[in-house]
Amino acid sequence: MSDARTRVLDTTRPPSRPASRSGAERAHLQLGVDHDLCPGCGEPLAMRALLEAIDELGCAQRAIGVVGIGCYTALSPLMDVDLVQALHGRAPSVATGAKRMRPDALLFTLQGDGDMVNEGLQEVLHTAARGERVTCVLLNNGVFGETGGHMTATTVIGQRTKNTLEGRDPVQHGQPILIADLVSRLGGSHYVARGSVHDAPSVARTKRMLRKAFETQLAGDGFSFVEILTMCPTGWFVPTSEGPGYLDQVLAPVHALGELKAGGELLPRS
Amino acid sequence: MEGSEAVVEAAIAAGCRFFAGYPMTPFTEVLEHFAKKLPAVGGQCVNAESELEAIGMAWGALSTGARAATGSTGQGLALMQESLSEITRAELPLVVFNMARGQGDYFQATRGGGHGDYRHLVLAPLDVSEAVELTQLAFDLADRWRNPVLVYGDYLLAHTCEAVEVKPLGFGALPPKDWAVDGSLGGTGRSRNVNPLGMQKGVKGIDPESFWKRLQAKHDAIAAAEARFEAEGTDGAELIVVAFGSLARFARYVARELREEGVRVGTFRPVTLWPFPAEALARAAQGARRVAVLEQNAGQMIDDVRLSLLGRVPVLPIGEISSDAAGFGIGSLLDTENVRRRIHCALEGEEIRA
Repeated sequence: MSDARTRVLDTTRPPSRPASRSGAERAHLQLGVDHDLCPGCGEPLAMRALLEAIDELGCAQRAIGVVGIGCYTALSPLMDVDLVQALHGRAPSVATGAKRMRPDALLFTLQGDGDMVNEGLQEVLHTAARGERVTCVLLNNGVFGETGGHMTATTVIGQRTKNTLEGRDPVQHGQPILIADLVSRLGGSHYVARGSVHDAPSVARTKRMLRKAFETQLAGDGFSFVEILTMCPTGWFVPTSEGPGYLDQVLAPVHALGELKAGGELLPRS
Repeated sequence: MEGSEAVVEAAIAAGCRFFAGYPMTPFTEVLEHFAKKLPAVGGQCVNAESELEAIGMAWGALSTGARAATGSTGQGLALMQESLSEITRAELPLVVFNMARGQGDYFQATRGGGHGDYRHLVLAPLDVSEAVELTQLAFDLADRWRNPVLVYGDYLLAHTCEAVEVKPLGFGALPPKDWAVDGSLGGTGRSRNVNPLGMQKGVKGIDPESFWKRLQAKHDAIAAAEARFEAEGTDGAELIVVAFGSLARFARYVARELREEGVRVGTFRPVTLWPFPAEALARAAQGARRVAVLEQNAGQMIDDVRLSLLGRVPVLPIGEISSDAAGFGIGSLLDTENVRRRIHCALEGEEIRA
C-alpha cells in the first residue's frame, strides 16, 4: 500500500492497465470493491463516505439501510450493513416502519433524486414533518442515471438531458425542486445539509454532515437529512474527467452546498 | 363486540405489534381500534399519509421480524398493489385487511393488480367469530409461507356486533425468521438484505429468473396445501349454491330452511378465495344437476367455479351488483327473502343477470 502511495506516476504516458472500476483499497463495512457503475460516477464515493461515517460512530452493528431504486441499488451487495430493498420512492415509509419496531437501530435511506424527489416526494416530506428518527440520504445528480440520463425534478435550468435535449426550460419543464431547502422548512426536521463528492475536501465535509445527521438521530432529536451531489458524466453527456467540474459549475450554484439546519434551527445562507 | 374490534383483538392476540393505515369507510374502525389498542401492548399504530405509505411502513416493520399488518377498502388496496406484489417477492409475512364495499374486489383479491407473477392467500370469514379465528390463522400462514395473506371482510362484518371470545390460538411451530434485519450484523460479513430481486450480499448482479421460479414453486405448494372450504348438505343435492363471506351466511341460512322443507339444496363456501378449493367443489358437485353462484358483484368468483367444474355441471349466476345509496355495499341482496327467491330460480334452471 505504501508503494502505491509513494510511487510517482508518469502522466505523460497512457496507464499500463485500463481504467478500473475498482477502488484502490477496501473500506471497512465494504464487502468488495468491484461494481458495475460507470467510470466517474459519484455514487460509490458517497456510499463509501456513508459506510465510513457509520463505522466511525461505532454503529456498524446497529445500522439498517433502506435502499431505493437507481444505479446505487447495484452497490448494496457491497455494503456490509443490514439492508432492506424498497420500491422506487418508498424508502422513507419503509424506514419509518423499521425504526418504530427497532427504535435503537440507526435507520437510514439511500435514494436518488428520481427516487426521492420525483416518485417519492410525499414520503420524504411527511417523514420529515413527523420528525421520524431516521436519516434520509439523497444522492442527487440531477438525472435519471439508470435509464440513461433523463430529466428529474432536480435537473437544473439549462441542463441537457435525453428528454430536455435543448436544456431544461422553465416554461416547458418547470423549475427544479430544491429538496434540502424544502425539508429544512418543515418543523420535524432537525438537521439538514447538502454536501458533494466532486473533490476530496467536499467528500470530507459530506462525511462530517453524515456523522452529524446520524448523531442527531441517535440523540432522538428528530428527522435528519443529507443531500449529496454526485457526478453522472454519462447522464450529463460530458467526458468523465469533466464530471467534477460540471457538478461544481452547473449543479452546485443551484443546489447550494452547506448546512441548512442544525440543532433544529435554520442557518443563515451565504 | 363489533367485527372491526374483534379482528383487531384477534390480530393483537396473534402477536401483531404494528399497524399503519389511512381511514376509509368501512375499514376506518379497524384503524381506530388498532390506534387505541396497540400502544397498550407496546405496539405502534401510525396514521399514514396515504395507503402507499401505510403499506410501506408495514413493509419496514415486517423486515425487522415483527408481526405487522395494514388494510383499507378495495379502493385503498388498489393504491397498495405495487407494494403488495413487491412484498410478496421479498417474501414478507404481511397481513392485509380489506373491509370491502361489497364483493366487487374478488378479482383484486385473488388476481391482484400488481406487477409480475405473484400470489397471496385470501381468507374470507363468514361472520365475526370466524373472523377472529381466520385473522389469527392469517398471521400464522403468512409466517409459515413467508407470503402476504389478505383477509376479505365487508361493511357487514366490520359493523356487526356478535358475542365472541378472543383467545390466542396455537397453530404449531413456525420456521425461525433467519432473514429479518435488526441491524446487528453489519461488519460481520453476514449482514442481510431483505430483497425482492434475490439480490445477495457479496454477489454482483441478480438472477431474477431462478429467484422468481423458486417463488412460483412456493405458490404452487401453497395452492396444493391451503385450500379451505365449508360444504353443507351437498351429498345428494340437486342444486349447490356457491357463496363466500357475509353473503354465504344468508345462503347457508336459506339453504338450511329449504332442506327442512325437503328441497335438495346444499351450500359450498370457499373459505380461501386463493387458493380456490377447486377439487373440493368438483367433488361436492359430482351428483348435482346445477351449481348456482351467489355473489355481490357482476360475476367474478363464477370464473373460478367454472374453472373448477370444467363444464361438467351447468353453472348459473344468481347474484348481482347490490349497494346502498352511499356505495358501501349494503344492498338489497343481503336479505334472506331475496336470496330465497334467487335459489328458487336456480332450482328452475333460471339464471339471474340483474
